[in-house]
Amino acid sequence: MVIESAPGAAALSAGGDADVLLRLDRVDAFYGDSHVLHAVSLALRERRVLALLGRNGAGKTTCMNAIIGFLSPRGGRITLGGTRIEGRSPEAIARMGVGLVPQGRRIFPSLSVRENLEVAARSAGVSDPWTRERVNELFPRLRERERQAAGSLSGGEQQMLAIGRALMGNPRVLLLDEPSEGLAPLIVAEVGRTIAALKAQGLAIVLVEQNLRLALDLADDVVILNTGRVVFDGPASDVRDNDAWVSHHLGVT
Amino acid sequence: MLAQLSNSNFLVIQTLNSLSLGGLLFLLAAGFSLIFGLMRIANLTHGSLFMLGAYIGVSLLEAGVPNLWLAALAGGVATAVLGGLFERLVLRSLAGNSQGQVLVTLGVSFIVADLCLMLWGGDPLPIQTPESVRSPLRVAGFTFPAYRLVVVALAIVVAIGLYVLIERTRLGAMIRAGVDDMPMARAVGIPVSRLFTIVFCLGAGLAGAGGIIGGPILSAYPGLDADMLPLALIVVILGGVGSLAGAFIGSFLIGFVYTFGSALVPDLAYVILFLPMILVIAFRPTGLFGRMGA
Ligand SMILES: Nc1ncnc2c1ncn2[C@@H]1O[C@H](COP(=O)(O)OP(=O)(O)OP(=O)(O)O)[C@@H](O)[C@H]1O
Ligand SMILES: [Mg+2]
Repeated sequence: MVIESAPGAAALSAGGDADVLLRLDRVDAFYGDSHVLHAVSLALRERRVLALLGRNGAGKTTCMNAIIGFLSPRGGRITLGGTRIEGRSPEAIARMGVGLVPQGRRIFPSLSVRENLEVAARSAGVSDPWTRERVNELFPRLRERERQAAGSLSGGEQQMLAIGRALMGNPRVLLLDEPSEGLAPLIVAEVGRTIAALKAQGLAIVLVEQNLRLALDLADDVVILNTGRVVFDGPASDVRDNDAWVSHHLGVT
Repeated sequence: MLAQLSNSNFLVIQTLNSLSLGGLLFLLAAGFSLIFGLMRIANLTHGSLFMLGAYIGVSLLEAGVPNLWLAALAGGVATAVLGGLFERLVLRSLAGNSQGQVLVTLGVSFIVADLCLMLWGGDPLPIQTPESVRSPLRVAGFTFPAYRLVVVALAIVVAIGLYVLIERTRLGAMIRAGVDDMPMARAVGIPVSRLFTIVFCLGAGLAGAGGIIGGPILSAYPGLDADMLPLALIVVILGGVGSLAGAFIGSFLIGFVYTFGSALVPDLAYVILFLPMILVIAFRPTGLFGRMGA
């Protein structure tokens, strides 16, 4: 099996470029002087879930930050549906179809649940747009709490709200940064089912997870980062079968 | 001092003065607070916009604008446009550089002060109280200057209007989202740069209109800007950055503290004014109404 493949090789070999929705191509990113991402390449294809794995501090969130535009890469390119997006503002990138569910959820605490969804709504020219009604169907508990300040929700409810808020922008690509972090097992299972449902509806998803089981259950493809470098890029099945190797790179057993 | 305090006429008049100063302060501080909360800019031109409004009001009334209310409306629109241009052309290019923004707003406030001196001269220019509210009200043996009550009523109306805008509309929710978490607001596609311009225009317009409405009480004079800006700063620090309720209550609180302080112990007026601010900064740094950790 392929263990240390060249970055992006699997994505290139499987099906070519036509269905690649989001691509990072040799992206270098810095916080000030510290070089955090080293020539990171990955490709997310239509209707796929790509699990982005790695230990604490490996650079997973930094990848998300670079994609959404919180951070301008100093080298490399990021394309969405073939259009370069690196260096654009987050609001422009969001409007082009990237939805972010950030680590720590970051819902707007002083806004009501309803307002959290409303401010993110965009009447994009899509055939089946996300509405508050549709989000409430996906997460009935949000409907019950509609008028409540979002800051008063439980962790699981905040996570649902963060996902719903991202969906309100009708994204083509959904970025989920550790959606199971700090949640009770039952809620984690619910989040997992939601991600599966969104994938079934045709959304392409980048899933950053520490919960390996959840990630591998959902993922089609896997990219593993180690200290800001891609050390694996391939189908999820390759990772599922190789426990020793996974524990070596992810520090989990 | 005690003799003064037991004089009920003194009490009534100073209370009314406090309330009207509080109302004027709110017109100034509401915008200042929203701009600070959303854009993280301490807009030091805010006092200048208030003074500019007062002078524009003087000129508009001289040029034959029939009454103060129309002058306040026109002057408010004029300062809103000026503020919007300033935000778009100058502050925009300094985004993220808060030190640069503070210096630029300070510099512009000096420029505005000089321009006003050049255009309108060094003597205080009075603004006449509108005729409809010129005659004093007589109730229970006291005479009230009616105009001051109108100023308070106006401030309350503006407060309600702002409350509805900020708390009950989608635009307002977007502004609050930006105050909560600016990067995240951008990441969900909220057009924050447009919000910046809207909020800056709104704040500048309110300040300018406030200068004209305050004219019959304060008149227009060189130094009005420097008199008002610290008061607005104190109000916002007391009330909490970005909090409308905080700005409202803080304005009236400072209206009372300043008015009674200068009447009773004029030598210590500034001590009385700044002491509560220092206490708040020391013990509740986010202000009386600010969110902790925000
Ligand atoms: N704002 C920042 N400024 C400076 N360094 C940062 C910043 N954010 C992250 N880093 C550093 O960059 C590296 C990558 O961090 P990143 O947050 O991308 O890791 P991660 O893979 O998401 O980790 P985790 O699993 O803990 O969320 C780490 O060494 C981290 O200390
Ligand atoms: Mg992270």
